[in-house]
Amino acid sequence: MPVEIYLNVAAGGLLTGLVYGLMALGLSVIFGVVRVVNFAHGEMMTLAMYLALLLFTTLGLDPLVALVPIAAALLVFGYLLQIGLINPFINRPEHSQFMLLVAVALILVNAQLIVFGPDAQGIRTRYSFDSFQLGPLIVDAAKVYAAAAALVVAAALFAFFRYTLLGKAIRACADNYHGALVVGLNVKHLYALTFGLGAACVGAAGAMLMAVIDVTPSIGPAYTLLAFVIVITGGLGSMPGALLGGVLIGLTEALGGVLFTPSAKSMFAFALLVLVLLFRPQGILGRKAA
Amino acid sequence: MIGRLTEGVPRRALVLLAALFLLLLVFPAFAGGYLLAVGFLILYFAFVGQAWNIMMGFAGQLSLGHSLYVGLGAYAAAALYVHFGVSPWIGLGASIGISMLAGAAIGFLAFRFGVAGVYFAILTIAFAEFARIGFDHFRWVQGSSGFFLPVANYTTNDLWNLRGSPTMFYYLMLALTAGAFVLCHALLRSRLGYYWLAIRESPEAAEALGVNLFRYKMAAVVISSAMTALAGVMFAFYYNNLFPEQIFHISRSIELILGPIIGGIGTLVGPIVGAFLLTGLAEGLREVMLRLGIDVPGVKQVFYGICLLLVVMFLPDGVWPPIAKKLGLRR
Repeated sequence: MPVEIYLNVAAGGLLTGLVYGLMALGLSVIFGVVRVVNFAHGEMMTLAMYLALLLFTTLGLDPLVALVPIAAALLVFGYLLQIGLINPFINRPEHSQFMLLVAVALILVNAQLIVFGPDAQGIRTRYSFDSFQLGPLIVDAAKVYAAAAALVVAAALFAFFRYTLLGKAIRACADNYHGALVVGLNVKHLYALTFGLGAACVGAAGAMLMAVIDVTPSIGPAYTLLAFVIVITGGLGSMPGALLGGVLIGLTEALGGVLFTPSAKSMFAFALLVLVLLFRPQGILGRKAA
Repeated sequence: MIGRLTEGVPRRALVLLAALFLLLLVFPAFAGGYLLAVGFLILYFAFVGQAWNIMMGFAGQLSLGHSLYVGLGAYAAAALYVHFGVSPWIGLGASIGISMLAGAAIGFLAFRFGVAGVYFAILTIAFAEFARIGFDHFRWVQGSSGFFLPVANYTTNDLWNLRGSPTMFYYLMLALTAGAFVLCHALLRSRLGYYWLAIRESPEAAEALGVNLFRYKMAAVVISSAMTALAGVMFAFYYNNLFPEQIFHISRSIELILGPIIGGIGTLVGPIVGAFLLTGLAEGLREVMLRLGIDVPGVKQVFYGICLLLVVMFLPDGVWPPIAKKLGLRR
């Protein structure tokens, strides 16, 4: 095969990887602050994808525009989930929290199955078949737009955590739970807000992905796993790590799909995960746990 | 031997257990085909639940990839039977061997490199998913188009080749479940069992007391995977068809841990009670849905999800411990 094919595939993988990265960023933010592993992450993403589908089919709203209301809706959803279900579990053992979110995931994915049915559904935007040509590279326009939007959302999140008072307060909770309580921060509210922000990330990512791929309820668990693979590869709790991990996994999957068969592409992502867990369990950009 | 096993067990518990066992023993005489199938399913989940419980309930290692061992066990014995006509009783040696190797490999990688807690759980999922996709492309067992066993003739019971009526499978599963119960009871009273509990409660303290964490965690994984492989063999010969998409799927791993969680993690009776409750209620729900003429996939799983949610929220120790207290089986 000519080299251009690999380059094209790699470019596509890189762009999809940025959207994956945004999705994983949500997981990473939630874990970094609330210390809860969101096992329902992929299921929340398919929820966002279905919202994008509904907004497109009923109002004709472009998924890249719809990502704003969808992210807002997921923010509220995440906030309520944390307040209602997860906050009482903050001091429970790890596996207990994990089970709680497994239950949430089970309910979410199957509720979607009941409501939307098992068939794959997709949307065709004006630019679905457009592409850009850069020298030998031909890339899908939808992927370029989605990746650009992912970068914008990720940058906004970085800025929020770095420069706003609220972002700093959330980081304070992450650094020292008891310290945050002592200085009078409303930790439960901040935790809920963080979970909401993480959910908003995955919501935005879901809306973007809707422009690129079709949705069925069954891809939810697969994306949960993918998000785990990404954040563990990049470093659980590290924000740049999530983006880097997303790009790495996007590339690995894309190239694995070309070199072998597309249906086996996830095997390469899992292989990468196993390697990272063994040789650098804290992830590529993660800080070493004490 | 028997005396040592029953030592210190309240007489009331022994009587109740014997009554339950007798009830299960005579159950096929009264049950029709459908109820018998439900009975098999309950015993199957009780057995794999017990196997999973060794890892999570005793040694505190959360595995979310037990479908890996079910699948490997099922495929190994089924492939040997279909391709070479090897009896499943011999084939299960290969099943157990392969599953133990897989368990040992995962355990070795995880415990050597200090992968623990949620990371360990995700590693187990990753291996199960890896196997699922791998078997999808494994031509020798027909890949994703599914592997089929020659369908049994229900009029005769060929125990040697595991071809026979549902009643035969029911009794086999009952024997396995009862065996697993006794084995786990014995394990819990052994030195190994005490080491496991120490590791579960506090790995640091156990290590400080000289417990070899690596060795005993490995023991838990290997024993649990071997037992689960046995369940896989039963699964393969009972259902006669295997699809990687189904048998290795993460939802299967989750399904099989619901019983022990709902019944009570770390208890001996919990997996059995959980299997009864969950399978019984789910089948009841299915029956009601059927009567009402509602046929929507996913309802059973939503029900599972709600059960799990309610139990982890309100009965974090499962439903069995409070019942045991009521029955006066525990102080």
